[in-house]
Amino acid sequence: MSTTESSDEHTGGPPPGDTAGQPPSDTAGQPTGTPDWAAAQASPDFQELRKRLRGFVFPVTAGFLAWYLLYVLLASFAPDFMATPVLGNINLGLILGLLQFVSTFAITVAYIRFADRKLDPLSSKIREEIEGSSAK
Amino acid sequence: MNAAVNAVLAQDGGAAANPVLNISIFLVFVIGTLAIVFYVNSRHAKKTAADFYTAGGGFSGTQNGFAIAGDYLSAASFLGIAGAIAINGYDGFLYSIGFLVAWLVALLLVAELLRNTGRFTMGDVLAFRMRQRPVRAAAATSTLAVSFFYLLAQMAGAGALVSLLLGVSGAFAQGAVIAVVGVVMIAYVLIGGMRGTTWVQMIKAVLLIAGTLVMTIWALALFGFNFSALLGAAVDANPDAGAGLLSPGLQYGATTTSKIDFISLGLALVLGTAGLPHVLMRFYTVPTAKEARKSVEWAIWLIGLFYLFTLVIGYAAGALVGKETILDAPGRVNSAAPLLAYELGGPILLGVIAAVAFATILAVVAGLTITASASFAHDVYINVIKKGDVVDTEATQVKVARRTAIVIGIVAILGGILARNQNVAFLVALAFAVAASANLPTILYSLFWKRFNTTGALFSIYGGLATTLLLIVFSPVVSGRGEDAPTPSIFPEADFMLFPLSNPGLVSIPMSFLLGAVGTYVGQKRHDGSKYAEMEVRSLTGAGIAKASSH
Repeated sequence: MSTTESSDEHTGGPPPGDTAGQPPSDTAGQPTGTPDWAAAQASPDFQELRKRLRGFVFPVTAGFLAWYLLYVLLASFAPDFMATPVLGNINLGLILGLLQFVSTFAITVAYIRFADRKLDPLSSKIREEIEGSSAK
Repeated sequence: MNAAVNAVLAQDGGAAANPVLNISIFLVFVIGTLAIVFYVNSRHAKKTAADFYTAGGGFSGTQNGFAIAGDYLSAASFLGIAGAIAINGYDGFLYSIGFLVAWLVALLLVAELLRNTGRFTMGDVLAFRMRQRPVRAAAATSTLAVSFFYLLAQMAGAGALVSLLLGVSGAFAQGAVIAVVGVVMIAYVLIGGMRGTTWVQMIKAVLLIAGTLVMTIWALALFGFNFSALLGAAVDANPDAGAGLLSPGLQYGATTTSKIDFISLGLALVLGTAGLPHVLMRFYTVPTAKEARKSVEWAIWLIGLFYLFTLVIGYAAGALVGKETILDAPGRVNSAAPLLAYELGGPILLGVIAAVAFATILAVVAGLTITASASFAHDVYINVIKKGDVVDTEATQVKVARRTAIVIGIVAILGGILARNQNVAFLVALAFAVAASANLPTILYSLFWKRFNTTGALFSIYGGLATTLLLIVFSPVVSGRGEDAPTPSIFPEADFMLFPLSNPGLVSIPMSFLLGAVGTYVGQKRHDGSKYAEMEVRSLTGAGIAKASSH
């Protein structure tokens, strides 16, 4: 493992108005070559990207928060239920707790696959269009 | 004070040799990491602000994933959770689940969008489309508050922990240990900046996960890799708790209030992680949103595995070391994992695990220090005090950040020495509660809600911070629980307790979301739609990043 050699190429883009530490040419709002953000936002591709992202992350967030809350409520108010033996000394509470790990890992894998397949191609396309047009 | 450990150690006559061995392993670690920090930094001669704060965004997602795990898994996670499971069984495990599930918030809602819209700090994201000076000042206030609480908890814990592991006791020795931790932490930050700190965190993550993996396999092997048998042995070794050790309730289940208190804590853990400033800053050390996503993916695997290991280690400590021995040791619950290491692998494994715990503290405090100093230099000094009007922002920022790091280090050493004998466990919960109340609502609103404005951000940050602090002041943590209570208050003789919960999250988090919405509608109706358009497009696509960096 080693850090990539570059320290400059990967510097993040500054928010507009962030005057600190950037040459003037870097700030947004230049008279020429500024991307038309409103047009980009209104484009069908962007609207589709936004819909896909929100369509995944909002329901999934609601889902895992509800599942975690259910688990915490069961642990707090139904300890006898959680103590139900399943296999040897392993009880339902332990199984449900381990299922929280499983669901966390599963959501992670599912999101990474979703983002790689459904988000990245579209966001790269939009980014290239924006940067292509502003470079003219 | 070290009678129990020495008694355990004396069983094979190694008592005297042990602190020497442990100190030697510590020294090897400190000198080794300082050399690495020095080396990785010397390869990068440039000393720009980007370099100091975020290593120029030059780490890969995998490297950053390890660094996040190293930054996040504090000594409280390792020793505290293993100890809680050893003593209170299931309830310790319950605690660890909140710490893990929280990462989904970071993965799904925060990491990538944040990477695309900021450079160094949380203030950058808010300043994108709001009035710079007030929101940066607010973001820096909550960042410094969270960092201070967290840092104080780590430093105070460091004194107790290292004195347990080194076999030194007494006020002077503990103070000296805290001072050494502080000085090494300042050295990492000054010599290495974010690049050096990141390497320390990666090394620590590898050591911590390798060390706990060895202990887990070793402990399971003693029970023929039968986890049920290990659980049975833990129950047999602790007849007071009995089968209660395997189900929830021992620690948090006493009364309805304590149950609600746990739910409040759980909420703060899950929503606080993605608002912790030292976690947020790590997303800026990678070049793209895709790498930020990969960082969190790695972090989730590493942190998840680690908590599974602590489950085994905790029950194994209960089974093999025993509750009485653990509670009689100087570090009480915190000594469960080190005592288990001794039980399994003798003084060598104890020394290694002690070094891992020490590495854990150093990596976390260094991460906190660099975050707090970046926030002060970048948000407060350059953009609020100087209004961006400095001749050489690069050099000034780095200079101010380095001086801030020294000041923070000194404050942390003094605070750690003063808080040495206090019950500081609540400080970590407090840091999470402030992060969940003051930071997360503003970040989410700012990324996802077009109408959100400066007034909303100020209401949410200052309101969330004030609510959290007020509720803590009037909670049983500060007063109302006498000396005879299981966990006495900080002022046990006073009683101005008005709020029954020790954890304010259940009230303060919804309050802060509400205040953010109220403030937004109270504030100016005029909002800059074009700025939101730019922010939304950039946050989702990363446009603008590559362009800016081609200069």
